[in-house]
Amino acid sequence: MALLLGACATTSQPGGSLYRQFGENEGLTALVDDLLARFADDPRIAPKFANTNIPRFRRLFVEHLCKVLDGPCTYTGDDMREVHTGLDISEAQFNAVVEHLIDAMQARGIPRTAQNRLIARLAPMRKDIIYR
Amino acid sequence: MSRRRTRTGRNILALALPAAAAAWPGPDCMAADGRLLASGGATQLEGSAGGGIVPWAVLGGYATRDEIGATSYLTRVEVGDYRLDSWGAGMTIRNRVELSLSRQRFHLGTLGDALGMPGASISQNTLGVKLRISGDAIYSSWPQFAIGVQHKKNLDFVLPSTVGARSASGTDIYLAATKVFLGAAGGYHLLVNTTLRSSSANQLGILGFGGDRGGRRLLGEVSVAVLPDPKLAIGVEYRQKPDNLGFAREDAFSDLFVAWFPNKRFTAVAAYADLGSIATLDHQHGWYLSVQANL
Repeated sequence: MALLLGACATTSQPGGSLYRQFGENEGLTALVDDLLARFADDPRIAPKFANTNIPRFRRLFVEHLCKVLDGPCTYTGDDMREVHTGLDISEAQFNAVVEHLIDAMQARGIPRTAQNRLIARLAPMRKDIIYR
Repeated sequence: MSRRRTRTGRNILALALPAAAAAWPGPDCMAADGRLLASGGATQLEGSAGGGIVPWAVLGGYATRDEIGATSYLTRVEVGDYRLDSWGAGMTIRNRVELSLSRQRFHLGTLGDALGMPGASISQNTLGVKLRISGDAIYSSWPQFAIGVQHKKNLDFVLPSTVGARSASGTDIYLAATKVFLGAAGGYHLLVNTTLRSSSANQLGILGFGGDRGGRRLLGEVSVAVLPDPKLAIGVEYRQKPDNLGFAREDAFSDLFVAWFPNKRFTAVAAYADLGSIATLDHQHGWYLSVQANL
């Protein structure tokens, strides 16, 4: 009984930690694959990936999201400002990516509150990403 | 009966116009949809982007710093003894400046009957200019700040002047701060707006400007909303008003609203509005409905 209560007490959010709500590494990989397919189909976004090593981007994107969600990962890529310098990503292109992210999270059945918490953690990065 | 049907038909036409404008394919250079859904808010009573009754710091429609956008809206407020219609259009230039032109028509209803003027109404025009000073309501750590003016001209000043209003025109000046706290309401986005307004308008200007009890005053306005879904906002608003006319008390406005953003072309708002006492008739509360179309 005490063990059960203890187990419950460690779960601060309904549905477990944010990382778990995203389906851990497997869920994040599927989410990133879904997103990459959406980016490829969007003429506002696809040209920005013309010179991108997609397999590397995919691996680093999963690592980055994992770290942002407090998962057990180390992000081995460069910082956001460095990564986006020279791409001249507009406000509209940035928001298009956000909208695809929301749609992909919704399609994968990630709870709305978990989606919103990820967006809250990503939002401050915008200043390092647009018009660089 | 036939008269009633004609009137309904006209109302439907008026509602359909903004919707048709939205559905009309605009040229590519006019496609101003770069901002996130719901980030342009709705249109408040005097034609500025905001909630239902309070102007917010956000600019209308979805134009980013690289785009120019246009909006149009139609609002009806039906309370116990009166009806207020408001309609107009706005333009947002590079998410920096919002220009708006609107008409408010206040149907005197019960009061008109009592004054021996059945069917009478008072109209005013409002020219609005809003300048975004700094920030982004969603992305910056500080709120988005904007300063705005609403210059109003009452077109039927005879009645307002007989009850003591000093002027047929006036200019409201406001400073608004809007912030969306992402995921802050139990995981749902929370919007908070505060607006400080300097105004001498009696009942928005429908009863003129200034009076026997004073003129310009500093007034506070607040909106708070939760977004249970990216397409939906549910919130409350409160707006202080001057109380310049001795013949009748003027109360604050408040409302409880649901805003629906099915896409970036169209917005609909339904609210329950409490307009307080208007021109001696107390407890004016009822429905508020608004539709908005964006280009």
